[in-house]
Amino acid sequence: MKVSLFVTCLVDTFYPQVGVSAVRLLRRLGVEVDFPAGQTCCGQPAYNSGYADDARRAAVQLIRAFSDSEWIVSPSGSCAAMIRHYYPELFKGHPLEEQARRLAEKTYELSQFIVDVLGIEDLGGRFDGIATYHTSCHMTRGLGVREAPFKLLSNLRGLELVDLPFAEECCGFGGTFAVKMAGLSTAMADTKLDNVAKTGARYLVGADMACLMHLGGRLEKRGMQVKVMHLAELLEVATRPQSKHGEADLEEASAS
Amino acid sequence: MSKGALLERIDVALANERLRRAVRKATDNFKNGKTRAMQEYEDWEGMRERARAIRAHTIQHLDYYLAQLAAKVRQNGGHVHFASSAEQAVEIVRNIARHYGVKSVAKSKSMISEEIHLNQALEADGIQVYETDLGEYIIQLAGETPSHIVGPALHKTREEIAELFSKLEGKPLSTDTPTLTAVARRQLRQIFLTADMGITGCNFAVAETGSVTLVTNEGNGRMVTSLPRIQVTLMGMERIVPRLEDLDLLLTMLTRSATGQKSTSYVTVVSGPRKPGEKDGPEAFHLVIVDNQRSTLLGGEFEEALNCIRCGACLNVCPVYRQIGGHAYGWVYSGPIGAVLTPLYKGIEEWGEVALASSLCGACYETCPVKIPLHDMLIGIRRKSASAKQTHPVERLIFRGFGWMMERPGLYRMAQRAGRWLAKPLVRNGRFRHAPPPLSYWTKTRELPAPAAKSFGEIWQSGFAEEKEPLLAVAVERRQSKGTRSTGERGA
Repeated sequence: MKVSLFVTCLVDTFYPQVGVSAVRLLRRLGVEVDFPAGQTCCGQPAYNSGYADDARRAAVQLIRAFSDSEWIVSPSGSCAAMIRHYYPELFKGHPLEEQARRLAEKTYELSQFIVDVLGIEDLGGRFDGIATYHTSCHMTRGLGVREAPFKLLSNLRGLELVDLPFAEECCGFGGTFAVKMAGLSTAMADTKLDNVAKTGARYLVGADMACLMHLGGRLEKRGMQVKVMHLAELLEVATRPQSKHGEADLEEASAS
Repeated sequence: MSKGALLERIDVALANERLRRAVRKATDNFKNGKTRAMQEYEDWEGMRERARAIRAHTIQHLDYYLAQLAAKVRQNGGHVHFASSAEQAVEIVRNIARHYGVKSVAKSKSMISEEIHLNQALEADGIQVYETDLGEYIIQLAGETPSHIVGPALHKTREEIAELFSKLEGKPLSTDTPTLTAVARRQLRQIFLTADMGITGCNFAVAETGSVTLVTNEGNGRMVTSLPRIQVTLMGMERIVPRLEDLDLLLTMLTRSATGQKSTSYVTVVSGPRKPGEKDGPEAFHLVIVDNQRSTLLGGEFEEALNCIRCGACLNVCPVYRQIGGHAYGWVYSGPIGAVLTPLYKGIEEWGEVALASSLCGACYETCPVKIPLHDMLIGIRRKSASAKQTHPVERLIFRGFGWMMERPGLYRMAQRAGRWLAKPLVRNGRFRHAPPPLSYWTKTRELPAPAAKSFGEIWQSGFAEEKEPLLAVAVERRQSKGTRSTGERGA
């Protein structure tokens, strides 16, 4: 089985290790991964700000880049939701309407792909630590993926997964909202982080790097001792051969 | 209120810790109530869909049902007035008051009267206007406007209310509920008994019977519609259901979504004035049906916004509303529904920015009992602002450049490298230390990582594409068991 990775512009530019982790994980699951070089951005920043035409130009390129792919997997619930939920709408009456619809149908978020397509819920991995999971809005409400990350995490040995109070409440990233309404966005991050602090978790895990960049940036500013990890990173560490299953691996990973 | 003032209003709200605590607490109560109420039904989703269908059908045939309603009300002995604008609606009510020589008015809760600024106009005519909904009464005393569709005074703490009532009574009062409600009860009782005219809002008008339905928890709706000699009911032209039996579902959805109550303490259905031989009820009944921009939504992409039943559930779950409360939105309707309606009713030029007060998290749509896609409408309003060139020219330029770059992968890769190089002098220890606007709005409160030394694309090209990983046990098992169903994967 062969999948194409849509790494997303944010991970590509700022967090390549998340893409690397996602690929390693997929390879360990027997999935062949390719990376279509023509990919750029799903267009969501423009779309959500009201610039549908500019968003469509980015989307056209994505449709082109993945036209030969059978499956598309992305380490972002939000970008996957953009493609699945909004591309058919964005291309209504456009010559690429049919291709947009097809791209939408074959695009999956990473944990969704592992659980729903591969049918794997227990990776057989181990991660020692206390973590809490941030459910991102576009992944749960837009893409409709709620259970998959929890299934994968809760089956790891050693991991204590603590419920995050008010998990359903947005962290305040919201794309350009984070900059245009910076004060409000920060207040929302603080509400979220106060709840994270209540869990006593050492790791804050999520499937959307944008939320995590926002929350991580804020918790660093606040001096909180919580480590932010993308779901792919944690699962990669947990399934690493001869893993020390935790902190030591992370140090190694960031040193390499 | 002018364009650009939204950020200032938000800052004022964010600085008010007392308000934020009060709003969060009150919305938590409403929200938890709704969650409990929903759980009592096995098929809440089906009920949402049926409620949506009733609302959509009604709005799609609004002309028919309005005509039916007007005919029925007149048949019942009432008067019907159509007002196309806020000004006209105010004029109509002033004329009614003048005609009957009205000196004082008792009002039950009505958002539309806030929308058209009715109280101020009547007071200018020398008429005493008293709000009788407890929340409205409180904010009238405070000289404020409602901050929530259902709980107009939910931004007020118990202490603030005790302060207001103490001033009214001329003696210090304690903050306990019985004391405070006793004050309100005594004050309001007098108002009910002396008012010449009652003014109500309207939760649902029933077209087939010509009735007006009010839901209240304090019984003030019943007092206002039975004690004064004249009754005026104000309704937005969309507040209508075809049949009496539609109330069964819609009232259920309304009260459960609003506060989690099975039903409000009082549901009042009024069908016209006192009839010959009847012992109570008003001598005259006037229904004022207000358009005020609503008809401009008919047949367009925002038509479904008219399906709203004003339960306030979207406010209670909105992470933005929960931080800032209602006043920061700037007009009578707040939260997600307010951020949609305000620009549509008041003009995109001046009010389009209100649609920016959302992170597009979709909690509003998820909770809406009539399934209005509010999050998509907020994007729609932003689209309207952008195409009307109401957004900042630099922003338009940025997104033009964004689209242009993102359809050219080579350029995207080049920009990535250039960005990394340009960021260098601004970065220390992997974090931006200085950042130009608009990035500085981010870095003021949050760290921002530097772009990675190598992008994923570069990592992929420098050997990672060919790397191999050992299979996990679960993958080996899967391979062994798969053989027979290798083509069936897509359906999994």
